[in-house]
Amino acid sequence: MGTFISDNAPKFGQVFIAVFGFLAIMSAIFFIAGKANGKKSKPIANIVFLGPAVLLLGAGLIVPTFQTIMFSFKNDTSQKWVGLANYKWIFTDPDIHLVLFNTLLWILVVPVVTTGIGLGLAVLMDRMKNESIPKSLIFMPMAISFVGASIIWRFVYNYSTRNQPQVGLLSAIVKLFGGQPQNWLLVKPLNTFLLMIIFVWVQTGFSMVILSAAIKAVPADIVEASALDGAYGWRLFRFITFPSVRSTFIVVLATQVVGALKLFDIVRTMTGGNFGTNVIANEMYAQVFVQFNQGKGSALAIALFMCVLPVLFYNMRNLRLERSHR
Amino acid sequence: MSKVANHSPGRRIYSTRFATIVVWIITVAWTVPTFGLFVSSFRSKTDIYNTGWWHVFTHPSFTFANYREVLFGGGALSLGNGVLPYLVNSIVITIPSVIIPIAVATLAAYSLAWIKFKGSDFLFFFIFALQIVPLQMSLIPLLQLFTGGAHIGHITLIPAFGIAGHFAGIWLPHTMFALPLAIYLLHNFISSLPRDLMEAAHMDGANHFKVFRQIVLPLSIPAIAAFAIFQFLWVWNDLLIALTFASGTEEIAPINAKLASLVGQYGSGWQFLTAGAFVSIAIPLAVFFSLQRFFVRGLLAGSVK
Repeated sequence: MGTFISDNAPKFGQVFIAVFGFLAIMSAIFFIAGKANGKKSKPIANIVFLGPAVLLLGAGLIVPTFQTIMFSFKNDTSQKWVGLANYKWIFTDPDIHLVLFNTLLWILVVPVVTTGIGLGLAVLMDRMKNESIPKSLIFMPMAISFVGASIIWRFVYNYSTRNQPQVGLLSAIVKLFGGQPQNWLLVKPLNTFLLMIIFVWVQTGFSMVILSAAIKAVPADIVEASALDGAYGWRLFRFITFPSVRSTFIVVLATQVVGALKLFDIVRTMTGGNFGTNVIANEMYAQVFVQFNQGKGSALAIALFMCVLPVLFYNMRNLRLERSHR
Repeated sequence: MSKVANHSPGRRIYSTRFATIVVWIITVAWTVPTFGLFVSSFRSKTDIYNTGWWHVFTHPSFTFANYREVLFGGGALSLGNGVLPYLVNSIVITIPSVIIPIAVATLAAYSLAWIKFKGSDFLFFFIFALQIVPLQMSLIPLLQLFTGGAHIGHITLIPAFGIAGHFAGIWLPHTMFALPLAIYLLHNFISSLPRDLMEAAHMDGANHFKVFRQIVLPLSIPAIAAFAIFQFLWVWNDLLIALTFASGTEEIAPINAKLASLVGQYGSGWQFLTAGAFVSIAIPLAVFFSLQRFFVRGLLAGSVK
């Protein structure tokens, strides 16, 4: 215990220095810059307020983006230009075809399922008694990391060899219904879908909470008037509720597409990308940090970026529309 | 159905008894996996491997041994000093990674909303767009910057930071990657503060620094709290940045990275994995349940507007 404290106390010292050092520097700059007045005061204020953010964004996101683009045209150690070779590799290597196919599967299946279940739950829960309890419980996985969620589900998918008792829930259920348990994570292509369940499990709460808020924002008199006109249940949903929340539905769907594209942790923890479950984000990590090939890794990062571009343009358009309404 | 609608159309439009049952079935299905792991974390190794966790309902028997061994180590398997140092690392990584981006983003959001200059709207759009740029785009160059500095030819623009393998090398990427969302969320909030308030303060001779400190900052606390929870969960639960910028050692790696490597090592050392998983998710779950309202508010501000 003594060594534990002596090993770890300095870490908190670093936290203290980082946080208070940062705040002290900012206060000092505030104090000095606050003395300026007259014509210069506005540009000075802008520099002080915006400077740190612009600097950090520039060094952390903008410059690296251009560097990654450059690396994607270079070889594994970024010393020689290789033209389009890395991109050619992406489009011709059969292993990468599987990676691309899996990623495509993820963005086709997962967002629709998460947003669909989320919407269904939001509708069914609307005005239900005690709605906050199921809502909290379904939302709870949002607080759990993908690594934690992967462990939770690994246990569900656990398989014991033939003579051992099956302690995994999935195997036990299959056995109960007379089926033959298998080493689930090795079964292609079932394993990819088993990984998708984890993502759905974590993210459905997000879809549900946001869609639920949108449903509650539908004016009550519209809903009640249509109910009096005989629209309830499915008809009410189809003609009143869904059209009113459609824009939110699309925003949530787009968010889930981006999330599914960038998915890394689940694949990394569950299978390490083996057994035919690899996706772009994991392959990118493997290329850079296992194969030490920066060129190929960068090209994969660019591929990922290309995939999110449509969502980016869509979001930009929405923001512009929303601003022009104000 | 029609009977339900006739009763009170406003109150029970969808919520039939059938709907309630479906919701509860889904809720149970959603909770069972976590519950199973939680129960198992208190069962002995022999129990875990010989009977399914659902046997606790008929044969209850619990132990804290798994937690003791996972936290402090020293057991049969070589867990070293246990995961406690990694838990400390997670806390050490998280605190500055939440506070610093919030400070930087609040400043930037105020400037973009209230100290307009030519191009501030463009800058806001640009930052908004950065939100969904995959952070994979930045990993390699940032790692190079931290280990080797920045050079053009033989001219050194920025010397090697020397922060690779230190906490600063994790705080900085987290700060950088948090900014687009943080600025967007806080800008939404700060730009909707009443204009009269700002103008009155400026009339009284307050400059931007004073206005920020005395008006904007206190009023923005709800938005800041909402984002803080968001960022806390994101940093605590992150794996990619941890794997890339922390070397996986006891000195700086967070608990999530340790857990991921435990899974690789002891694919089915369930007595460690169950307890380890709960050690790592206990703090975010506590934060989540106690501050859920703020968290939901943050989510809503970020995606539906």
